[in-house]
Amino acid sequence: MSDTLFKRMKDLPSTHLLGTGTPMCAGCGGLSALHEIYDVLGPRTVFVNAAGCMTLLSVYPFTPFRGSWLYTAMASAPGGAQGVRDALDILLEQKRLSSEEDLQVVVLTGDGAAYGMGLSATSGAIERGLDFIYICYDNEGYGNTGQQFSGATPHAARTATSKGPQGFAGYKKDLFSIWAAHRPAYVATVIGAEPLDLARKIEKAKQLDGPRLIIALAPCPTGWDYDPRESIDVGKLAVKTGVWPLKEYIDGKVVHTKIPHPRLPVEDYLKKQGRFKHLFGPERNAGLLEEIQGRVDNYWAAVQN
Amino acid sequence: MTRRLLTGNGAAAWAARLARVDYVPAFPITPQTEIIETLAEWINAGEMPGRTVTLESEHSMITAAGAAAATGVRVFTATSSQGLLYGMEMVYTVAGWRAPFVMINVSRGLASPITLEPDHNDIMAARDSGFLQIHCSTCQEVLDSVLLAYRLGEDHRVRLPVIVNLDGFYLSFTREPVELPEAQAVAGFLSPYDPESTRFRASAPNSQAVAVLGSSPYSYFRYESHLAAVNAAAVFEETAAAFAETFGRRHQAVEAYRCDDAGIVLVMIGSFATKARQAVDQLRAAGQAVGLVRPRLLRPFPAEQLRRVLCGKQGVAVIDQNISMGMGGVLHAELAAALYGKPQAPPILASFIGGLGGRDISPQEFFEIAAITRKAVEDGVTPPARLLYTREEFREVRKLQAIAHQERNELGPEA
Repeated sequence: MSDTLFKRMKDLPSTHLLGTGTPMCAGCGGLSALHEIYDVLGPRTVFVNAAGCMTLLSVYPFTPFRGSWLYTAMASAPGGAQGVRDALDILLEQKRLSSEEDLQVVVLTGDGAAYGMGLSATSGAIERGLDFIYICYDNEGYGNTGQQFSGATPHAARTATSKGPQGFAGYKKDLFSIWAAHRPAYVATVIGAEPLDLARKIEKAKQLDGPRLIIALAPCPTGWDYDPRESIDVGKLAVKTGVWPLKEYIDGKVVHTKIPHPRLPVEDYLKKQGRFKHLFGPERNAGLLEEIQGRVDNYWAAVQN
Repeated sequence: MTRRLLTGNGAAAWAARLARVDYVPAFPITPQTEIIETLAEWINAGEMPGRTVTLESEHSMITAAGAAAATGVRVFTATSSQGLLYGMEMVYTVAGWRAPFVMINVSRGLASPITLEPDHNDIMAARDSGFLQIHCSTCQEVLDSVLLAYRLGEDHRVRLPVIVNLDGFYLSFTREPVELPEAQAVAGFLSPYDPESTRFRASAPNSQAVAVLGSSPYSYFRYESHLAAVNAAAVFEETAAAFAETFGRRHQAVEAYRCDDAGIVLVMIGSFATKARQAVDQLRAAGQAVGLVRPRLLRPFPAEQLRRVLCGKQGVAVIDQNISMGMGGVLHAELAAALYGKPQAPPILASFIGGLGGRDISPQEFFEIAAITRKAVEDGVTPPARLLYTREEFREVRKLQAIAHQERNELGPEA
């Protein structure tokens, strides 16, 4: 990353572009990631949104965006991005639009759309080589409807629809690998709590053409059950415990951009969140905790870089 | 102007080409596929400017169509049946974006059971979406209606997408002589697309299709769409008049055939209305004063024009090529709503359902429909809705079942 504008924290943009006063929850990890992303992408963008928490960013007649916005539906934001991109290209080609008037097309969806309902639309957009950026704010559940489990929910998490003693029986879907298997221009994981890593990746994505997809882990005080002021700490722990690997896929290779060293025990991350409280009391669920730690250990054991 | 033998699908493709569409998001489905194949061939060969892209579903296709229209280009797309329903969330959604474009629906019956042949349940499902609807009965009308639809939908007083409907197989795959207008004449009738403020560009940021909180802004936008659709009735008349002036063919919102002195009038939409038209001639030859009314425009609903032609008649027989389970024919209910309580409303409004899944409606059946309606007029009692089906057909289905049972009995459960 020697060619980056963002060498240290003080290189990050100091003027913030996204307006305030949105109805997002206090401490929303998705919103902090979006703030940082928008500062790098800038207002020459059109955000094509799918149903989710962030649909409430633009509520008639106000918007926090300095650029443009189009709400679509839960499953088809990539289809909307296709229509906008193609139309802009047609207008450029016909000289009905000058290149200064062109826009970067950015899909913005939650994990409910990205991991589930919208996955075939995303697959289609990548396979067509659509020139767009996809941002998934991943709060690991259907957050806007009260945190029911989704395809992004981690094993054992308690959600509104997995309240049993073992929590969610499934495992978080590996969307990064699913996307990367399509061989798009760029895939990356980011988190708002690591702004330098995030800014470098968005900067890189901005310079590339073709499908560029970003998953931002979005610590969610409301859905994960912790105090909103802990959001950055929870995010940092997700990285330091190795639960949320920061990585990118480019030119056919996966590179980890921040290898946690020393890697903290996953318990440090889990016990901060009410959704994992049942693992620690009234009795400690040693079996489940070991399983979760084991999966994270196995992941990093296989990482070669 | 040239005359060519074209299928309904071919006429639709030619119309898109003549309308100088910029963008064709596509997805294949029988019996519509020929339309997008034809356009793709022209675009790929450089015979037609524009772009086509095949999406992974109709849901995405209709989203892309609306999004491209919202960005400021002229869009054409086409679907049918299950595809229309798969995209139905977006049919309703993009109509509210007020970004006009034209979509062809090639009508085909809906599952279950799954079938390929036509009826109108698919298009009826889009009835309340905000898309305007024009229904065709000939291949020429398909071509003309697409051109009309662009000018209608893009009019400043309307700004709504339009569906042009044609029946699968009966129109989609039937070749008829079609007059292809000169590109120059079309350009005179249909100006380049003016996106007005509905577009995206860097110097003029725009938020489109945003959420609302609360019922007041919601109702406001829903009423706006409705009133725009209502405006489209008068704009259609203007547009049809301008079309007639340019091309010499007059397409009225409601087509009345031999109605002036008719006591009894049949009402039908789509290509099967040409069967009714033939039956009217035969009934006339047999001395019966029967006419035919064919609404070409279904949204906005041409209630005023229908009242003008139907009030004063003794009996009306509505033949619906759709079925609303537990209720009956959709068009019948709409006509009842348009006529109820109006001066000289026909005392008898009889309902017949037929032509489902492309089932033929025979001349004998039209005679029977006329006879039932005449009897109802004499008795002063509206008959119960009739589901057209013959004893023969019933026996055929029973025969299939008997054969299947026999086979299973003889071959045993393991076979």
